[in-house]
Amino acid sequence: MAENKKKSSALNNLDLIRTMIKQHKRNDLAFAALGMFVIASLTITLIILFLDLVLDGYPKFTLDFFSNFPSRKAARAGILSAWVGSSLVLVVTFFVAVPLGIAAGIYLEEYSKKGWLSDIIEINVSNLAGVPSIIYGLLALGLFVYSFGLGQSILTAGLTLALLMLPIVIVSTREAIRAIPVQIREAAYAVGATKWQVVLNHVVQYSYGGILTGVIIGMARAIGETAPLITIGALTFIAFLPPSPVTIDPPFLNLDWLNAGFTVLPIQMFNWISRPQHAFHINAAATGAVIIILTVLMNGVAIKLRYNIRKKIKW
Amino acid sequence: MVMLKKHNEIIKAESRNLNFFYADGTQALKNINLPVYENKITALIGPSGCGKSTFLRSFNRMHDLYPGNKYEGEIILQPDNTNILDKKVDPIEVRMRISMVFQKPNPFPKSIFENVAYGLRVRGESNKRILDDKVEEALKGASLWNEVKDRLQDLAFNLSGGQQQRLCIARALATEPEIMLFDEPTSALDPIATVNIEELMSELKKKLSILIVTHNMQQAARISDYTAYMYLGELVEHDDTNKIFTNPSKKETEDYITGKFG
Repeated sequence: MAENKKKSSALNNLDLIRTMIKQHKRNDLAFAALGMFVIASLTITLIILFLDLVLDGYPKFTLDFFSNFPSRKAARAGILSAWVGSSLVLVVTFFVAVPLGIAAGIYLEEYSKKGWLSDIIEINVSNLAGVPSIIYGLLALGLFVYSFGLGQSILTAGLTLALLMLPIVIVSTREAIRAIPVQIREAAYAVGATKWQVVLNHVVQYSYGGILTGVIIGMARAIGETAPLITIGALTFIAFLPPSPVTIDPPFLNLDWLNAGFTVLPIQMFNWISRPQHAFHINAAATGAVIIILTVLMNGVAIKLRYNIRKKIKW
Repeated sequence: MVMLKKHNEIIKAESRNLNFFYADGTQALKNINLPVYENKITALIGPSGCGKSTFLRSFNRMHDLYPGNKYEGEIILQPDNTNILDKKVDPIEVRMRISMVFQKPNPFPKSIFENVAYGLRVRGESNKRILDDKVEEALKGASLWNEVKDRLQDLAFNLSGGQQQRLCIARALATEPEIMLFDEPTSALDPIATVNIEELMSELKKKLSILIVTHNMQQAARISDYTAYMYLGELVEHDDTNKIFTNPSKKETEDYITGKFG
C-alpha cells in the first residue's frame, strides 16, 4: 500500500513538472513572437520607405544625375555639388572627430583619475550624444562662423558634424577599451610595460574593431544631418565645385576647398522637396535613396568589420 | 608574531613587517615576515581569502595599478638591498626584475613569437636576431619550443590551455627575471598539463627563485622547498616543506594540512 502511494505521488509530481515546463515554453514562445513582430514591423517600414523612394526616383538613376549640377530645369538637375560637398565635409569631420574622440576616450578610460570630475565628464559626454543636432548648429553658428570667422564653409560644416560625432566616437572607444579583460592588461604591466606602452601595444590594438564601428556609425549619422548645416548657412542651390583638394603642381595639396561654400545631399533633397513641381520630387526621392544606400552600406561595413575582428580576438 | 627559523639558505628577497590595505580599508596582510630563498621554490598555502595572492602581488607592485591600495613595511630585494615597496622605486623597475605567471593563461591576442618577445620589446630590444635567439631560448626554457617552433607566427589562442600557460611562462622567462611569481598557475589546467608545469618549475629554480601560490597542498608538497601557511592575512608558519607536511610546529597548520580545516 505504502509503495503504491509513493508511486502515485511521484506520478502526480511528474505531471506537475510537465505542466510547468509547458507553461514556461508558452512564455518563451510568446516573447519570441513579440520580438519577431517588433523586428519585422521595423524592417518592413524601412523597406517600404526605401522602395517608395526607389520607385519614385528610379528614372533619375543615371550617370547624368550624379554628374550634373542642380538646375532650374528638373530634368537636367543633378546632385554633383551635393555629393562632392557631402564627401568633403565628411573628410573634415573624420579627420577632426576621430583623433580627438579616440584620444579623449583613451584618456578618460586609462589616465583620468576616477572622481567627481570624471563622473561629471562622463555624464556630459553621454548626454552630448543625445543633444538635438540643431543645438550643435546654433553653437557652430556662434562659435565657428562668427567668433572664429570661418564663414559658411566646408570647414565650418565639417567641424559642426565633428562635434556631433565626437560623443559617439568617445563612447564607443571607451566601451571597446572596457571590453579588454583585466588579465591581459595585468599581463602587459607584469612584463614591465609602461602605461603608454600598454595603451599603444595593447589597448589600441585590441579595441580598434569597436572604435572603428563607432567611427563608421558616427559617420553614417553625420552624412544624414541637415538641421545643423542649415543653421550655419549651407547653400541650397550651388552650381560650382569647391577648388580641387589635389593639384597637378607641387605641393599637390590645396586647402582652399575648406573655405568654399557647399551643399550636402540631405539639404539638396530638402530643397527639391520644397519645390511645387512634381519633377523635382522625383529628384528628391532619388537623392533620398542615395542617402539610405550610403547609410546602409556604411553600417554594413561596420557590422562586417566588427564580426571579422571579433573572430580574430576572442577572450 | 611568528618566529622565523634560520635556514641555511641565501635570501633573495624578504618581506619585513609587511602590512597591506586595500582601497576600501580592509587589511589583507598583517605584519608578514617571510624570506624567499635563492634558487628555491617557496609555496604559499592557505584557505581562500587568506591573503596569499595579495602577498604575491606585492612582489611586483601589481597593487599599484589600482588607486587607493597601501603598503606598509618593506620587501627587501637582494643583492642590492632595495626596498621594492619604496615609493621612490618605480614599479616598472620592480617588474623588470620580478616577473609573474597568472592563474588563468593570459596570452596577448598576438602571435606566439610576439607574446614571448613582448617583454624584450618593452625593454627597447628591436634587433631581429637577438629577439629570435631570446625567444627560442625562452620557449626552450618553458619546454614549449618543440611544439611551436614551426608555427611561431600563429595566434597564441590556437594553443591548448597547458601550452598557453607554458607560453606565459616563456614570456615571463624571456626577460631573465631574478624571481618568478606564480599565482595558482595550474588551477585552470588538466592533470597532465599540471605535471608539465610542475616539472618545468623544478627545472626553472636552477636559474631563479620562485614564489608560488597554490590551492593544491599536494602540489606544494611535491614541488616546493619551503612552504608558508597563511590564515586571515597572517603568516602562521614558514618552514622546510618536509617539516610542514610531516611535523608542523603549529596546531593550525596541522589542522589545515590534514584537512580538518579549510
